[in-house]
Amino acid sequence: MRRYRPTPVPASEITPRQVYLGRREFLTGAMAAGLAAYTTPGSARSLQATRSTYSVDDKATPFEDVTTYNNFYEFGLGKDDPSEKSGAFKPLPWTIQVDGMVAKPGTFDIDQLIKSFPVEERIYRMRCVEAWSMVIPWDGFPLASLLDKVEPLGSAKYVAFETVVRPSEMPGQSGLFQSLPWPYVEGLRLDEARHPLTLLAVGLYGQTLPNQNGAPIRLVVPWKYGFKGIKSIVRITLTDKQPKNTWQVVNPTEYGFYANVNPAVDHPRWSQATERPIGEGGFFGASRRPTLPFNGYADEVASLYSGMDLGKYF
Amino acid sequence: MALLRSGIARRWRPASVWMLYVAGLLPAAWGFYLGATGNLGADPVKTFEHHLGLWALRFIVLTLAVSPLRDLGGPNLIRYRRALGLLSFYYVLMHFAVYLVLDQALVPSAVLADIVKRPFITLGMAALLLLVPLALTSNSFSIKRLGRNWSRLHRLVYVIAGLAGLHFALSTKVLAAEHYFYLGLLAVLIAYRIVRSLQPRRGRRRAMQPVATE
Repeated sequence: MRRYRPTPVPASEITPRQVYLGRREFLTGAMAAGLAAYTTPGSARSLQATRSTYSVDDKATPFEDVTTYNNFYEFGLGKDDPSEKSGAFKPLPWTIQVDGMVAKPGTFDIDQLIKSFPVEERIYRMRCVEAWSMVIPWDGFPLASLLDKVEPLGSAKYVAFETVVRPSEMPGQSGLFQSLPWPYVEGLRLDEARHPLTLLAVGLYGQTLPNQNGAPIRLVVPWKYGFKGIKSIVRITLTDKQPKNTWQVVNPTEYGFYANVNPAVDHPRWSQATERPIGEGGFFGASRRPTLPFNGYADEVASLYSGMDLGKYF
Repeated sequence: MALLRSGIARRWRPASVWMLYVAGLLPAAWGFYLGATGNLGADPVKTFEHHLGLWALRFIVLTLAVSPLRDLGGPNLIRYRRALGLLSFYYVLMHFAVYLVLDQALVPSAVLADIVKRPFITLGMAALLLLVPLALTSNSFSIKRLGRNWSRLHRLVYVIAGLAGLHFALSTKVLAAEHYFYLGLLAVLIAYRIVRSLQPRRGRRRAMQPVATE
């Protein structure tokens, strides 16, 4: 497996934008026609995205696997619950409140956000804390772009995120056995939040996010375990205190605030040294492979944590 | 159940035990077929591993349910108990084999580290090892030869059931309805034994009588 290294691209190799967009339109159109029909009927819209140099070369996990195998406890505990039980969820209309230690707090409509920031396609590795992994072509914009818009104050040190609570549309949030306290919350240090790799995704595979993947807007932090990628965000708050994140609250011995992908620090119940790539065939296609420090993004992000004991701040 | 006690049913009894083995192994065969043909979802190895583990637990529950069912006036299925117990063992063995071969790709260091360092895997491994002497002494020869010690030895099944329940519960991030269901069943079945052992001996002997006559 190749490590991610951003390399300067010679001007001669850059496909002209119009040619590229034309091909993209054709591909996304064909894909939307073929796939949208049975995945998210009626709600998926294709997105115009330019491919980012922040993408990895790895082969992307098939669309079907990305959209039928994931954790989203608001819809149930099974890996297929999100795709099977998210049909009643209404991702539109949607607004995100951005508040706290900012000069210009505000409430942003999802359609406005998609129009006001150039949407990029970023092919990122995704490593779940449960030791499986995918490669996902996200469409979105850097979180830093939104943060710039609200102008964080000098006192702000952290960013807190919050998922929507809608028991009537999210079956995992109602009933006898509640798996987690709602709302699901997450947090990042401000420098992590401003890192160019940190993405607010509004789509995948060139179309708006399916409900099961966190529609209409979610966080993607590719060097951290997947649970940091909070879904269906309704609120972002700048703060000077380290925010709580749901999994750390539920089980502080197993999940930390940082949750950086680290093969050297085991989960108490399993090793993090290797991972099972999803979507590589039946029993005999999927073999384990080594997990990379910071999920292969060490060159980009290791400096954020220099001098820190990563075994202690896991 | 009247049918089972009739003469015709008696003639078919040995066959019905073999049919139980065949039927009991069908979930494993079906799961393997789905996985080998790429029809077990995005993470077929994990799914198959969990499928086998869950069926092992189901057969342990069924094995433990045989004598309470009989004692409490239900059908006497004691002749199927050996098959149910052995099916539990076969499923635990397959569950471990899939973990060893398909999940961990036979990397001994990874497997050993898991068994030593992860409590839920340590417990599961202990349950598997404890099942081995029970499976080896499940034949009629051993029952005759060991006499009363056979019953003593086979009380290990309660320890195994407890280990299996813990292994199941500790393997997940949060407990779901499914976990409460199986843990509840195991708790009731083990509690029944404790209650029964506290009862006066005469009542117990009467309850045990059908075993002796079978």
